[in-house]
Amino acid sequence: MDFAASLSLVAPEILLSTAGLVLLLVAAWAGDGASRAISIASVAVLAACAFMVAPALCSGAMGPDTVAFSGQFRADAFASFAKLLIYAAGGAALIVAPAFFERVHAMRAEYPVLILFAVLGMGLMVSASDLLTLYIGLELNSLAAYVLAAFLRDDERSAEAGLKYFVLGALASGILLFGMSLTYGFTGTTSFEGIRAALSGTISMGALFGAIFMLAGLSFKIAAVPFHMWTPDVYEGAPTPVTTFFATAPKVAAVALSMRVTLDAFGGQVAAWQQIVIFAALASVIVGALGAIGQTNIKRLLAYSSINNVGFILIGLAAATPQGASAMLVYLAIYIAMSVGGFVAVLMLKDADGAPVEGIAEIAGLSRHRKVLAACLAMVMFSLAGIPPLFGFWGKFVVFQAAVQAGLVPLAAIGIAASVIGAFYYLKVVKVMYFDEPANVAVGKSDWAHQALLAIAALFISPLGYLLTRWLGALADKAAAALFLAA
Amino acid sequence: MNAIQIIVFGPLLAAIVAGLGNRMLGSVAAKTITTAGLFLSCVLSWPIFLGFLGGSAEASVTPVLHWVQSGSLTFDWALRVDALTAVMLVVITSVSALVHLYSWGYMDEDPDQPRFFAYLSLFTFAMLMLVTADNLVQMFFGWEGVGLASYLLIGFWFRKPSACAAAIKAFVVNRVGDLGFMLGIFGTYLVFQTTSIPEILAAAPGMAGSTIGFLGYRLDTMTVLCILLFIGAMGKSAQLGLHTWLPDAMEGPTPVSALIHAATMVTAGVFMVCRLSPMFETSPTALALVTFIGAATCFFAATVGTCQWDIKRVIAYSTCSQLGYMFFAAGVGAYGAAMFHLFTHAFFKALLFLGAGSVIHAMHHEQDMRFYGDLRKRIPLTFWAMMAGTLAITGVGILDVFGFAGFYSKDAILEAAYARGTELSQFAFVLGCIAALMTSFYSWRLMFLTFWGKPRWAGSEHIQHAMHDAHVHDDHDHGHGHGHEVDGTAGYHPHESPLSMLVPLAILSLGAVFAGFVFHDGFINSEQFWNGAIAYNEHLIHAMHAVPLWVKLSATVVMLTGFGIAYAAYIRDTTIPSRFVATFPQLHGFAFNKWYFDELYNFLFVRPAFWLGRQFWQRGDVGFIDRFGPNGAAWVVAQGSSYAKKVQSGYLYSYALVMLLGLVAAVSWALAAG
Repeated sequence: MDFAASLSLVAPEILLSTAGLVLLLVAAWAGDGASRAISIASVAVLAACAFMVAPALCSGAMGPDTVAFSGQFRADAFASFAKLLIYAAGGAALIVAPAFFERVHAMRAEYPVLILFAVLGMGLMVSASDLLTLYIGLELNSLAAYVLAAFLRDDERSAEAGLKYFVLGALASGILLFGMSLTYGFTGTTSFEGIRAALSGTISMGALFGAIFMLAGLSFKIAAVPFHMWTPDVYEGAPTPVTTFFATAPKVAAVALSMRVTLDAFGGQVAAWQQIVIFAALASVIVGALGAIGQTNIKRLLAYSSINNVGFILIGLAAATPQGASAMLVYLAIYIAMSVGGFVAVLMLKDADGAPVEGIAEIAGLSRHRKVLAACLAMVMFSLAGIPPLFGFWGKFVVFQAAVQAGLVPLAAIGIAASVIGAFYYLKVVKVMYFDEPANVAVGKSDWAHQALLAIAALFISPLGYLLTRWLGALADKAAAALFLAA
Repeated sequence: MNAIQIIVFGPLLAAIVAGLGNRMLGSVAAKTITTAGLFLSCVLSWPIFLGFLGGSAEASVTPVLHWVQSGSLTFDWALRVDALTAVMLVVITSVSALVHLYSWGYMDEDPDQPRFFAYLSLFTFAMLMLVTADNLVQMFFGWEGVGLASYLLIGFWFRKPSACAAAIKAFVVNRVGDLGFMLGIFGTYLVFQTTSIPEILAAAPGMAGSTIGFLGYRLDTMTVLCILLFIGAMGKSAQLGLHTWLPDAMEGPTPVSALIHAATMVTAGVFMVCRLSPMFETSPTALALVTFIGAATCFFAATVGTCQWDIKRVIAYSTCSQLGYMFFAAGVGAYGAAMFHLFTHAFFKALLFLGAGSVIHAMHHEQDMRFYGDLRKRIPLTFWAMMAGTLAITGVGILDVFGFAGFYSKDAILEAAYARGTELSQFAFVLGCIAALMTSFYSWRLMFLTFWGKPRWAGSEHIQHAMHDAHVHDDHDHGHGHGHEVDGTAGYHPHESPLSMLVPLAILSLGAVFAGFVFHDGFINSEQFWNGAIAYNEHLIHAMHAVPLWVKLSATVVMLTGFGIAYAAYIRDTTIPSRFVATFPQLHGFAFNKWYFDELYNFLFVRPAFWLGRQFWQRGDVGFIDRFGPNGAAWVVAQGSSYAKKVQSGYLYSYALVMLLGLVAAVSWALAAG
């Protein structure tokens, strides 16, 4: 593989980094006044990147042709699938931001640039086929994310969220790095392919420790129990557009990276990590559901909901089959739409002065004066609860199907039972909106960008989404095939 | 479209229209549709009956629909018409049509008339399905249909707690009988591999003497089947043991009592035994049981009837007693006599009930005979109708000249019982005679208390209410009522019922007077009338004609004796009853309290059932299933939720601790597993 070919494979990343640097300079020169223009440019860059990665997915690219820089980087269909989701989520985070920040005069030109760098890091994560690429991508994303969490510097909660995220993220990074060094020490290589080759046969204790530490570090990123504690605090404290971003793109990146690490690098030692993934999956589902019940803040509720959903995704990982991987990707796509829809709906909840409304009690009787918004939010809630005919049901269905076909019937059964608990708090939100006495707080006008985004998300998770199942399933199958071929 | 189809489905159609139309349709339209439907059925039924009577009609089966086809189990909806069905057709449609008409007047002030008439018509449809059934399953459909309609009509005034309780009691007690009937049907299918009645009856003699395993015993097949079926008949026909619901069913409107709880539904058991008579003939044991239960019921109900005060309850026990006659007639093999008594009884008992309804109507809903008296002159038409009914039920008549309806049918039953010649049938004959004496006594007691003597209305709360209301409306008429308090009328003027109530009374009176005389020969002596519809015992018929003269006269003698006692006690010297009660308090208490059946059942079944229900409810459901099921799970979730909130302290160090603990746990797991 010559250098030029490698460059062509990393073209989206090159575009992203160049654009990020250029736009940073523009921001420095033009100041905050240009932030809207920079945002639009960023969205355009993301769209261009999406067009650049799409062919690899459609053609189901896999094998040696997709490997760049001597095995450091892989631009296969799997990476493309994840990148498309990441770009979409990043774009959504860019589109929703101006209306939110401008009210408090905090729309800064750095915001879109930070998003671009975070997206670049995530792109590297999902394409990583070497521990070093993995770490660089992860840290690039994390550093941008810490800043984004504390983006409203004057806001105590935002600053607290940024600090907490940073300290705990550093701890997780340390654990991850420790695991990587153990793995390197016991296998003598940093490439996934090499690790996999070195670990054939009985796994040594050191390599096992390395695998567990790496999983722990990655679990922090995807907010799986017991590495989830930061999530509610950060989601609540961070500005809502940032929360929208956190709940979507990094999840995709971290989940995809975890899939690469477990199914590729440690793919020959499924028994070593499967039990741990099963535990994390069940614990996430249950703790996410239980934690959400007592919440009074809707962002916090959605944070627990994301933990709960990660649990369902991990059920697909526990299956350790191409089918499970495909199911996870389908679930991720639907989850992105539901999360974007949910958070955009939250962004649209404003009082008469335009200040954000986050209390669940304050949206009581929303259906009386904001019929469409309440209907969309109700749809998101029903979909998250996995109630047919909404699209959220399909994601849960394919994941459980994969688990059952992999012989993990008890896991699927417990997951289904736990989703009943989840239904309780989702439906409670609907009940508050539709049946409680109106609180008449969330009466403010909505931004058109929000409305458009919510409409797209709602359309996707509506029963019409089932029209996409074949198409989505086929793409996810291609991506999963690419992942397993590399393995 | 066949006449029989119109007869059966006309009432159903009327019931559907009136029931669903309800208030939208309005009372008058609903009443008109249902009543017209019934009169049409009635008009079409009589020619069928007369055709069989004249010997020109043949038994026929009109298929309606395929119903069930599952393996060897097949049965269809079909309407079977033979002599037995024809008798029931005229009884049901005639009485039902007259009761519909009567209800125009009786239910005039009720706000729910469409519902009432829809129920009445629905009942009629179900009853017609029952009697036209060609297979046991269809019969069971009709059986349950009449049970449902009966339940709905007893509880028609559902705001009255006693009516609801009576409706539930009727339903539950009938379930006991229905269980027997169902087991009988299952067993019959098991043995005969068909539910078709003609096929079963044809195959029954061949099964005599075979045995079947039942409850761990080897028993005679036909005896087991017949007894199970008879248990069903006992429930529906209120025979001793399962009779307790019938008196309580008088909570329903009086026309209902006349139609369902006197003339038609309660005779379904008798009909069923007659319909399956070739089956019963194969089991002497079952027939003996039928005879015994019938005779015992006949005697028991008559004793209770002698000391009730509620006019409807007296007639209800009288019904129970007369049903006993029919059963022991069937038990001794005189199915024709049983059906004849069923036929005549339908007319005179419906007449008595409707007459009682007219009295109640006149006396402003007062039902206690202690507050009647001297009504003969006030409501003369009702009086004469009741008189006809009483003459019919007590069996007044002169041998070989003329008699009222009951004279022919009851005498035929007693003669058959005597002529049968077995010990049990002799026993039945004796009990039947005693019961006939008591029948005469309580019937005349009813007449004397109601229509003779001095007015005792002043004591009645209903009358007082009526007078109070009248005073409020009419308060310048003060002092008018005071002069009447001396004569016991409290100033109340009973009013004769409207024409719509009097016409049915008149028609039924004709039936009560002439039904026996006209149809006597056809029912009792003519094999060609029945033409195989029931088991016909030629030998028994001859023996009946050859009984000694004293047997033929015994019924008349006891009737006159009963009349004499009633006359002495309620006209000549009205202190006799109270003196009698004072002398034999236990005896009176025993009969007055209905032999303590309700108390016994309450102790044996009702309270244990409530206890068991409460155990299941509070310990089983609330205490166990809910506690460890939904409520327990909810509690666990709530606890888990509050715990999850507590752990989420907001402090960085505790978050870091949880992360490290998780890491340590994962590593330990891997170590332990590896």
